[in-house]
Amino acid sequence: MAIREFAERGADLELVGIQKRFPGFTAIEDLDLKIPAGSFFALLGPSGCGKTTTLRLVAGLEEPTQGRILIGGNDVTSTRAHERPVNTVFQSYALFPHMTIIENVAFGLKRRKIGDAMAKAHEALKLVELDHIAQRKPQQLSGGQQQRVALARAIVNRPALLLLDEPLGALDLKLRRQMQLELKSIQEEVGLTFLHVTHDQEEAMTMADTVAVMNKGAIEQMGAPEELYELPRTAFVANFLGQSNLFTGPVVSTTEAAITIEAAGARIIVPTARAQRHQGEVTVGVRPEKVSLHTEAPVADADRNVLGAGRVVDVSFSGVSTQYLVEIPGQGIVTVFAQNIGFGPVAGLGSEVWVSWAVEHGFGLEDEPSEVRFQDDASTSSLAALHREALVSELEEH
Amino acid sequence: MAFAAFSTAEAQPQAQRKRSPIALLLLLPGIAYLVLFFLTPLVSLVLTSLQAPSEIGDIGVYDYAFNWQNYVDVVDQYWPHILRSFGYALVATVAALVISYPLAYFIGVKARRWPLLQSLMLVLVIAPFFISFLLRTLAWKQILSDESFIITSLKALSLMAPDAHFTGTPFAVIFGLTYNFIPFMTLPLYTTLERLDLRYLEAGSDLYASPFHVFRKVTIPLSMPGIVAGTLLTFIPAAGDYVNASRDFLGGPDTR
Repeated sequence: MAIREFAERGADLELVGIQKRFPGFTAIEDLDLKIPAGSFFALLGPSGCGKTTTLRLVAGLEEPTQGRILIGGNDVTSTRAHERPVNTVFQSYALFPHMTIIENVAFGLKRRKIGDAMAKAHEALKLVELDHIAQRKPQQLSGGQQQRVALARAIVNRPALLLLDEPLGALDLKLRRQMQLELKSIQEEVGLTFLHVTHDQEEAMTMADTVAVMNKGAIEQMGAPEELYELPRTAFVANFLGQSNLFTGPVVSTTEAAITIEAAGARIIVPTARAQRHQGEVTVGVRPEKVSLHTEAPVADADRNVLGAGRVVDVSFSGVSTQYLVEIPGQGIVTVFAQNIGFGPVAGLGSEVWVSWAVEHGFGLEDEPSEVRFQDDASTSSLAALHREALVSELEEH
Repeated sequence: MAFAAFSTAEAQPQAQRKRSPIALLLLLPGIAYLVLFFLTPLVSLVLTSLQAPSEIGDIGVYDYAFNWQNYVDVVDQYWPHILRSFGYALVATVAALVISYPLAYFIGVKARRWPLLQSLMLVLVIAPFFISFLLRTLAWKQILSDESFIITSLKALSLMAPDAHFTGTPFAVIFGLTYNFIPFMTLPLYTTLERLDLRYLEAGSDLYASPFHVFRKVTIPLSMPGIVAGTLLTFIPAAGDYVNASRDFLGGPDTR
């Protein structure tokens, strides 16, 4: 493959039936993925889900056990890393410590014998606003600066495909926000295909056009960030991408428009179009910010699901919003995010409340319910709530 | 300003640390040792080298003097030997580097996944030190002597001229020097290569460098400390070595 030229534009990436086994474990089971040219694609997943392995396979740093990798329609499976029109921004940055910043940035250009390497390298450094430190060594730079140099070193080559391996992980929150915006604008400016690997769901959602949630070596769900967030198909996605309140029960009635499940005596209605399964035991859910808190029993309304009464077991204030944990007998703990429109919490600890949400905001999952049940138990917030509850009752006894 | 928060310089306070008297006290035995056993003999040696023959005493009696002419005489009379020493040492150092680098690379990089193999190979590199290098060199003299199995076989196969010798040639001396100093080259190379961050090599190949270029542009510069240390540890003692070149060992009348 000719890589002496700059890529005119981003290229498609296609993974076909990829499997990767390491001695002792399988990192990727069977992965099919197509990333259209010019898109900003995020692979999101917890550590150990196989996302970094996927990236290394695309970069040519690992060989797949099975399957094919196509970049811009060309099969690159058997080519080596240096022959692929791909560049990576490594998690560790991996800036060469024995070279100056400008030598680092010009490295790829010189290897490809592209003319005017130095001028182009300076241009790339200007893009990340670091041209004034071109003569320094990497160890003299701060983490944020190194990150931007690593980015410049990759994009200066105009690769058809740019791979980002959690490059913002080492930055503090404010700098990370700034870099996210910069990356996004660079991607739009140069029109390259970006494949971004991250475990930070917020980062994936703010930056990417398409997010694929990966779990245990396979893609659970893929789509636009809004789509994934508003309509998660599995409990894993529902809880990894934001939080969800999940309820499981048998379907008691199905109509054209909605299905109704009965969960511990309460009826929960979900639009048929937003439910993956329409019979048997079904898990349905709703996002905590879609749920409203009522201090008095709300008037029955066909368009709203109401649960309650329950008891507030935890109130935590986080500035923009307040998170309430409401324990509803039979349903477990329901999380509610309420915008702090007024001052102070709407309901105090221990007060009796009802929760409700619009039917249209609910979603139904495709998981077998048995897989789901464990997921909720281990979440930190519910553990904290239980702990707090125990403490409160202990105090009351004394 | 936000970037400044990451600089390591600020993370570590650069306050001037006062030298504590205890540290100086702890240094004292070391300094005393060096003065007594290193500096004193060195000065004594320099002074001796400047002595002149005694004018009144017997032959072989010398007086302290500042006879710089001694050095001129040495260079004047022995320059072919000095040059030869450096020449042999240079060739032996290059040969040791060429042999040791792949060996150290294998032990330090390729064998990382098998720590047991790594330790075993390191032991094998150092194990010859169980036997004095004099004995080992003598053993090589036997192995490479004219009547030895190797040389007679080579001659039988017409790979060596019937009247050729191995011992006593410059080649044998360089062979001996290389053999004896390989551990001194391998160990410093191993210590740098063992710490070599392979992610730099991956970054190199990601940036279109072929394996050869990655080696030349990344691996070699990053292992430079080991190359320098190994070269110094080999070249300097090899230049001063007289055993391998001696006619009692691998040398001959022309290799002194």
